[in-house]
Amino acid sequence: MTDFLNTWGLTAIIFVPLIGAAVMMLIPEREEEAHKQIALLTSLVTLGLVAALMIDFDYDDAGTLQFVQDKGWIDVINSRYIIGLDGISIPLLALTVLVVPLVIIYSWHHIPNPGNAKAFLILNLILETGMVGTFIAQDLILFFLFFEVVLLPMFFMIAVWGGEDRRYASLKFFLYTLFGSALMLLGFLALFFLAQDPATGAALHSFDMRLLTESAGSGIVHSTQLWIFGAMFIGFGVKVPIFPFHTWLPDAHTQAPTQGSVILAAVLLKLGTYGFLRIAIPMLPEAATTWAPWIGLVAVIGIIYGALGCLAQTDMKRLIAFSSVAHMGFVMLAIATMTPFGFNAAIYGMVAHGLITGMLFFVAGSVKERYHTLDISRLGGMLIQAPKLGWILGIVSMASLGLPGLAGFWGEFPAILSAYSPANGLSEVTFRTYMVIAAVGTVLAAGYLLWLYQRTAMGEPSAEFADDPNITDVNTQEWLAWTPLLILIVVFGVLPGLIFDVTDPAVTQILDNCLQQPDGCTSVVQAAVGG
Amino acid sequence: MNLLLLAAEGATSVPLAVSDGANWFLEHAWIVPLLPALSFLVILFFGKRMPRKGAEVGIAAVGLAFLFSVVAGIAWIDHRDNFTLPEESGEHALVIDGSSESVDQIVLAAEETPAEGDHAEEGAAGEAHGEAESPTIAVHSSTTWFHNGDVAFDAGILVDGLSVVLLFVVTLVSLLVHIYSTDYVAGDRRYTHFFAFLSLFTASMLFFVLSDNILQMIVGWELVGVCSWVLIGHWWEEKPNSDAAMKAFLTNRVGDVGLLVGVIILFWAAGHGSFDILTINSNIISGGVSHTALVVAAMSLTTAVMSKSGQFVLHTWLPDAMAGPTPVSALIHAATMVVAGIYMVARLYPVFFEGMQIGGSSINLLATIGAITLVFGGLLAFVQNDIKKVLAYSTISQLGYMAMALGVGAWTAAVFHLFTHAFFKACLFLGAGSASHAVHSFDMKTDMGGLRKWMPHTYRTFVVASLALAGVFPLAGFWSKDEILAGTGGWGLFGGTGGNGAYTFHLVMGTVGAALTGAYMTRVIYLTFFGEFRGHGTPHESGRRIIVPLYILAAFALFAGLFNLPAGFITGNHSSWQERFGHYVEPVAGYFPPISHATPSYSLAIASSLVALAGIGYAYWYYFVKVDRLARATGESLTELPDGFVSKSSVARAGHTLLVEKYYLDHLYTDVIAGTTKGAIARGANWVNQNVIDGTVDLAGRTSVKAGQLTYDKIDQAVVDGTVNGSGRISDALGGIFRRVQTGKVQQYAALLFAGAAILGGILVVVLSL
Amino acid sequence: MLLNQFLLLAALLFCIGVYGVLVRRNGMLVLMSVELILNSVNINLVAFGALTDDVGGEVFALFTIAVAAAEVGVGLAIVLLMYRNRRSIDLSQADLLKG
Repeated sequence: MTDFLNTWGLTAIIFVPLIGAAVMMLIPEREEEAHKQIALLTSLVTLGLVAALMIDFDYDDAGTLQFVQDKGWIDVINSRYIIGLDGISIPLLALTVLVVPLVIIYSWHHIPNPGNAKAFLILNLILETGMVGTFIAQDLILFFLFFEVVLLPMFFMIAVWGGEDRRYASLKFFLYTLFGSALMLLGFLALFFLAQDPATGAALHSFDMRLLTESAGSGIVHSTQLWIFGAMFIGFGVKVPIFPFHTWLPDAHTQAPTQGSVILAAVLLKLGTYGFLRIAIPMLPEAATTWAPWIGLVAVIGIIYGALGCLAQTDMKRLIAFSSVAHMGFVMLAIATMTPFGFNAAIYGMVAHGLITGMLFFVAGSVKERYHTLDISRLGGMLIQAPKLGWILGIVSMASLGLPGLAGFWGEFPAILSAYSPANGLSEVTFRTYMVIAAVGTVLAAGYLLWLYQRTAMGEPSAEFADDPNITDVNTQEWLAWTPLLILIVVFGVLPGLIFDVTDPAVTQILDNCLQQPDGCTSVVQAAVGG
Repeated sequence: MNLLLLAAEGATSVPLAVSDGANWFLEHAWIVPLLPALSFLVILFFGKRMPRKGAEVGIAAVGLAFLFSVVAGIAWIDHRDNFTLPEESGEHALVIDGSSESVDQIVLAAEETPAEGDHAEEGAAGEAHGEAESPTIAVHSSTTWFHNGDVAFDAGILVDGLSVVLLFVVTLVSLLVHIYSTDYVAGDRRYTHFFAFLSLFTASMLFFVLSDNILQMIVGWELVGVCSWVLIGHWWEEKPNSDAAMKAFLTNRVGDVGLLVGVIILFWAAGHGSFDILTINSNIISGGVSHTALVVAAMSLTTAVMSKSGQFVLHTWLPDAMAGPTPVSALIHAATMVVAGIYMVARLYPVFFEGMQIGGSSINLLATIGAITLVFGGLLAFVQNDIKKVLAYSTISQLGYMAMALGVGAWTAAVFHLFTHAFFKACLFLGAGSASHAVHSFDMKTDMGGLRKWMPHTYRTFVVASLALAGVFPLAGFWSKDEILAGTGGWGLFGGTGGNGAYTFHLVMGTVGAALTGAYMTRVIYLTFFGEFRGHGTPHESGRRIIVPLYILAAFALFAGLFNLPAGFITGNHSSWQERFGHYVEPVAGYFPPISHATPSYSLAIASSLVALAGIGYAYWYYFVKVDRLARATGESLTELPDGFVSKSSVARAGHTLLVEKYYLDHLYTDVIAGTTKGAIARGANWVNQNVIDGTVDLAGRTSVKAGQLTYDKIDQAVVDGTVNGSGRISDALGGIFRRVQTGKVQQYAALLFAGAAILGGILVVVLSL
Repeated sequence: MLLNQFLLLAALLFCIGVYGVLVRRNGMLVLMSVELILNSVNINLVAFGALTDDVGGEVFALFTIAVAAAEVGVGLAIVLLMYRNRRSIDLSQADLLKG
């Protein structure tokens, strides 16, 4: 059993959701209960498999890929089916397979208009395949494939089950991301053709991410590296999203159904930052060093800009969406420092943001369902009408604004801390300026979240909703879907080591090429080119 | 809370070097915050089902914590008495204060202590066992909380005189406030919730106080901030309350930027990758830290102090915070949370001492802000009619004293003032609460007056606490304030008092502040307890659960000053009574900078007392003589006035006099405020406060919202999103052009196909023939 | 050699065919023109096959005839359906694909 798990486990978690989806396709649409049960079961099986893998995982050796499967796939372009799991992937993979069942539980009585549980849940499962695959793929083409697989279900989710402006939002989301992906693919191809084996100097002609990471851009001229990195920067940056590529996000979030928003916030945004961590920076460390100050710049602009955007919003969901821009800014700032410390902080920030913002979108969805509006000025007095919902919103807002003891703080504070001392070769003055700006961003974060909380939860309910029988407190499905997230927000807030310990070896490993050198990444590449 | 458990595990799993009975309490001080933390959870989840709605759990937990703190205090005294400095040390910079023979005056600037990893550090024990660490008197045990890369994030406790004092103060005041609240908020719609958060606040504050590293301090700092937010906004149904809570939290967040930046700088520059307070402090003292970094760190941390401890410019949230229930004001906004900033400065004193060059008598930011705050706050107190707001401004003023004391190097005096102030200010707030409980209002002018007849206990304790606050000999405030004034070293004109330099300006400000304090407290006492009752109904004395805490606190207000009698005050065999507080609280060795102590001066004590008495005397003359005489002359009219014109029919002339009288009173009142210079200044200050500073805060808020709106509308929606939509539109337009080609007629397609083929063929022919 | 004549004939047939395809409106005539084009190619194939003494030419010509038969079948079916639906086989009216 363990053997099977170790060899086929990762493949299984990619395909189990697809199998579930295939089974559901055979069942007629009217059997709604069956669909829900199958979907839930499938996602729980996936969760169980991931849990088993995580138990089996050798944490002392989290820096190396484990459970690797390496099979021939498209021989013509030397692309292989390589999947593996290491310390960077684990937290994100776990987050993904946790969120999907919760979304399905939440959907039990909340299939958005126009209904059709079958199609909706099938899309959820396909989405899960894509997300899981992205986090464990170790071949660029395979990665790209999964990265794109994610797009379609999300497009349909927004376009079919979305709000009034869904067509516009879904199309924008789709085209924007596709545009980024195209550039990203270009970058991948350039790597394929240009990367050399650092030892022999022979061209690699491979999409194997392990080899490319090892080669770390050797043999590619600096200016070319910059272009390739730039292409990936846009590709991943759109997904993050970093300023100024963020405008699809508020629209997509506002129009998407609750479930879509949750998955989008909790997992999809992380695909971009994960791409930076896993692909862009380790494979082109030299270019990354040159780009880093600019990444840091757009990151801090995002922090301030996102927060200002939040202050201007009148729609609760749109506000939360803009807060994502700010929070992902912290993650990007940590990434821009190019230090293991910063990378750890970034992964922490990703997980924390996934839990917290996912949770915020859940709450927003439930508010919308009860009040039929998310207009902040019309809400109010939630603590009176639905006290538990109000409490949950309060706790999650506090987590989101970075209260110590809850998960958000450990994404934010180490990110700011890391900016004081960026990697060798990066300007300390620049990054310390970023640090101060980012710290100012925390004030604004407190501002918009408390403002939101004050106007929605505190005070007396407005006359419009005062006697509305629709407004009830948290129900069973919501409790089931939310409790794990709430617990994790607290647990990670108290025990940050749970994530840091897992990610650190892998992060150190992936940055290894650069870190060992006194001048940072530049010298590695020069040494490689010279040798 | 699990965090504490973690710390606990680490601490207990490590074999401790010394485990005599007394030290056990110091090494296990983490139990103190743990108790209220558990009580928070219990109350939150089970409180509503309990017979007393959870209050009993809170009281029991805090009571136990208090007992533990008392025992820890005794253990500390024992620990301190058994502590001697090592004699064999090499490069000791010995700074000996000539005024005293005791060994604690010797401050040791030792080599830096590399304190890392999960082991319990026992300064005294280390010395006893001959370990090569520099001796530190603090009992320090820590464990690694988690790692991020090479950086270990520790959690632990640092117990020394300073933290023991704070433990005592926090648990005592919290216990009394808990007891008081069972009566005060009885029947409240969120009674259980209130007690849960009182517990959480107590736990957070204790956690903060015991922190052994600056990261942990941030955690505690933020947690008390949130508790404050929750409790200020306790009655959030009314918008002003939630506004006040918002304002408090946001203003504190502004300061937190400074805290974050300061901590980060200290972590890298002073701790060399460690958050540990002992490491940072001893690194700074041993001189291995860049001065620039320290200057910036000290400045940043000062911002944090300004917001948390209500110093000038960032103080405006504190008066608004009075929107919370009175026990909360007493506990959080007078005795404990607001002194967090002061505590942080005291804890990280080397940062400020070196960064601001306190020893060099430089005019530094901290001392100056403190001096301005103490006068400014005192002036504002005159124009408030709300009794709690007067006390709030008084708190601001007293915090100014503490900040100034730290700024001029009078460390012990600052901590001692923190200690005494907690008692008398808590007593005043609780007394004000008791009075308002009786009259259902906080407005002294419209709803109080003459309460001493009905509320003798409240009256007595309030007067004692006021006298202590005003610094009247021999009450608590006298001693602590006098030490601060002596500590400024500005008494140079009359022979000098030593200290870290001549801070004459600060001495003057401090003395003016003393006069102001006396005057405004006299005003409060007159308006509340003298004259005729102006409110509705009949006031009644509060119940025993309110009175007893008042008496206990008043007792401390009376006697707390005796803990630190100045050197030379008592001669002969009783010299062991002097400077006890300083002796036990001021850290020795290793992690404390070489401050010089001021010598107490009789002449200064007498002079400052006279100034304070002058303030009281002037206000007394004004209120108790002039106003009272006028009120007495038309006495009935004053009391009758709010009830409507009952007496109007009796004599027409009486009614006329009544009107004149009222007008006259108001006129006099404004005359006193506006006629005297301080009155004018206070008005101006209030105006500046409300319009300029608060206006700026409001403006900043509004501007940022505007800026947000503008950015969103003009940049985000127009430019950034415009580009995106623009590219879509361009493709659309291009499509519009090219669609004309698609006529749908097969034959045209075919024609194009042939044409294309023909052209290609032609090219091929040309190419081939070349 | 007679090849030139064959090629000229084929070219002529091809041009007639193309003309028919592009210009005639009647669907039937267009189909017949397509046949002309195909047959012009057949002539070429056979002619070159004879010239190079290779059976490949004849084989391909047969192959083309077979495919042309199938094509005519499908084409006639389309025209028939078009007539059924529109009562006309005028190709200029069939512009449903207009963009």
